[in-house]
Amino acid sequence: MTLDNILASLFPRGHDVILERGLISGRGPLPDGGSMAVIGVDGRAPVGVEEATLLSSHVLDVIKSGGNEPILVLIDSDSQRMSKRDELLGLNEFLAHLAKCLILADKLGHRTIGLLYGHTAAGAFIATALATQTLLALPGAEPAVMDLPSMSRVTKLSIEVLQEKAKSTPVFAPGLDNLAQTGAVAITLNPDSSLADQLKSVLSQPAEREDSRDKLGKERKGRPKAADIAERVYELARASV
Amino acid sequence: METLNYRNKASQRAKGSKLQVIVGVVASGNLEVLAERVLPDSECEVDIRTAAEGFGEVWQAVVADFVEHRSPGGLKFSINDGGARPDTVALRLAQAVSAIEGERT
Amino acid sequence: MIAAALDNSKDQNDAASTSSWYEASARQRVENLLDANSFNEFIGPELRETSPHLPLFDLPEQFDDGMIVGYGRLGGKPVLIAAQEGRFMGGAFGEIHGAKLTGLLRAARDIASLPVLILFDTGGVRLQEANAGELAIAEIIRALIETRLAGVPVVGLVGGRSGCYGGGGLIAGCCSALAVSEQGRIGVSGPEVIETNRGVEEFDSKDRALVWRTMGGKHRRLIGGAEVFADDTVASFRDAASYLIEHAPSMNLSTLESEQFRLAQRIERFGTCADALDIWRSLGAAEPQSIPALSYREFVALANDLQEPRHDAR
Repeated sequence: MTLDNILASLFPRGHDVILERGLISGRGPLPDGGSMAVIGVDGRAPVGVEEATLLSSHVLDVIKSGGNEPILVLIDSDSQRMSKRDELLGLNEFLAHLAKCLILADKLGHRTIGLLYGHTAAGAFIATALATQTLLALPGAEPAVMDLPSMSRVTKLSIEVLQEKAKSTPVFAPGLDNLAQTGAVAITLNPDSSLADQLKSVLSQPAEREDSRDKLGKERKGRPKAADIAERVYELARASV
Repeated sequence: METLNYRNKASQRAKGSKLQVIVGVVASGNLEVLAERVLPDSECEVDIRTAAEGFGEVWQAVVADFVEHRSPGGLKFSINDGGARPDTVALRLAQAVSAIEGERT
Repeated sequence: MIAAALDNSKDQNDAASTSSWYEASARQRVENLLDANSFNEFIGPELRETSPHLPLFDLPEQFDDGMIVGYGRLGGKPVLIAAQEGRFMGGAFGEIHGAKLTGLLRAARDIASLPVLILFDTGGVRLQEANAGELAIAEIIRALIETRLAGVPVVGLVGGRSGCYGGGGLIAGCCSALAVSEQGRIGVSGPEVIETNRGVEEFDSKDRALVWRTMGGKHRRLIGGAEVFADDTVASFRDAASYLIEHAPSMNLSTLESEQFRLAQRIERFGTCADALDIWRSLGAAEPQSIPALSYREFVALANDLQEPRHDAR
């Protein structure tokens, strides 16, 4: 689905969401009378220091305006911008800041919902979609921590061999299904029915206070051990006090 | 990956009372050795998982030489090997024994 | 005899304290940083909780999966600690490696009284288990921020062989405070990654001086990416850790507003600089080209001189 189609289906009564140089910002009305803040990245744009700063300023504005307005993060991005300039300026701090703002918003009572509808990768993925409380996706989304050609270069295994291995484990291969199995994506939406209705149903569920992605990854057999290891360390640390 | 296992008789029990130590890291040309005091005093076991296949005879010689010289009775050594040379293997095994016997390495 | 033994052990401790952080293994860093014999590991190597995914790639495993977590004392005070082994798989985050840190931070959040030290040494996500590694980083970041919101300092130390790249750089950026040595490098895209994706004209990863002045500890200290510059010794990192635990800023809306301002200002001031030397000159360094060669003490003095007022904006 294109960004226009998605926004039209999410906000059938109209919205004031704009797209400027690859960045999404604005608001749309919710059926119950409130509104939802919208930010994001479109057109597979990379996330560099300027982009991260703009997105985080929108999130801080929502927090500062008080209330509990939910925040929707729409994602069709490249990876972080890979450049000398962005690294020179400390891109890690900018991306971390964006993630911190989204998580603080969540902790202060704003539902944060990510919607993955295109590509995303690496640091951009962590700072946006993966920093939301509930991550949704549309079929056709292409999240990729690392693409197979790059992986082939590093692991010195052919793409054919990697594709063969990917059939038996979702743990390294790119793609929505594999990420969903590891627990990253809570729900894959149906593009043929109203996104507004599906969003409403998500918002009507109480927000989960615990990060349950590792447990979801275990249930879906994409991450067999993470939940148990984290739980064991948790218990041992608690017992050490 | 290749798995090798050697069980040797040791003439003496390894000194000290520490139950386990670990030395080294798994990297190219390096290895880690986990030593555990879990066997009868006259026995020694070396369990190896190595990335370099086909070096069984070299391992056997290094292990036999090590057991004869250090007599690490009662110890089980578990090795993850990233393709270390025999001298590095011998050094790590010696470090592991020194550490479990309480010497500083 | 007892006195002799004590003196002997003191020599040993001094030797450990002046030993290189960069050269040490993760295990040696933990042992030498904490008070003697105070470290208690959670899920130690003897439990052999290795990666369930590396065998698929016919790669050797490490018994602790390159991540050591546990409890110990620093200057007599209890701390939780995590350390990455930068020589095993480049210190990269895999499923087990990451989950140990997630569990530790979740415990720190709920205990709400024990500070956390993270000894970073990582190239980022482990490709052979990329999805699990990426998600582990997301889980660590959420747990880390919850820990800070509970009033608990999380202090990062960076000075290892693999630097602190990829998702590791993002986690570091979420910490309450960071100490970095000259050898420590902090970034998102590593030099090789930029060169591979954008070409050698964008970044020549073989140019070590360029790598160091763009991502190295001195530059990060000067632009405010790290609070303390440490010497490459265990003792210096120990002092830095103790200091930062005591002085770590809390985290709330106003912290993040200050950080927003601080970062936006950084773009405004230095956004057109082509090289670190230009940034250092703008900061007021009279001879920026001399900075890479400055000794630890000379550099600390210079950095204290040039530094913007201390910020609680992280």
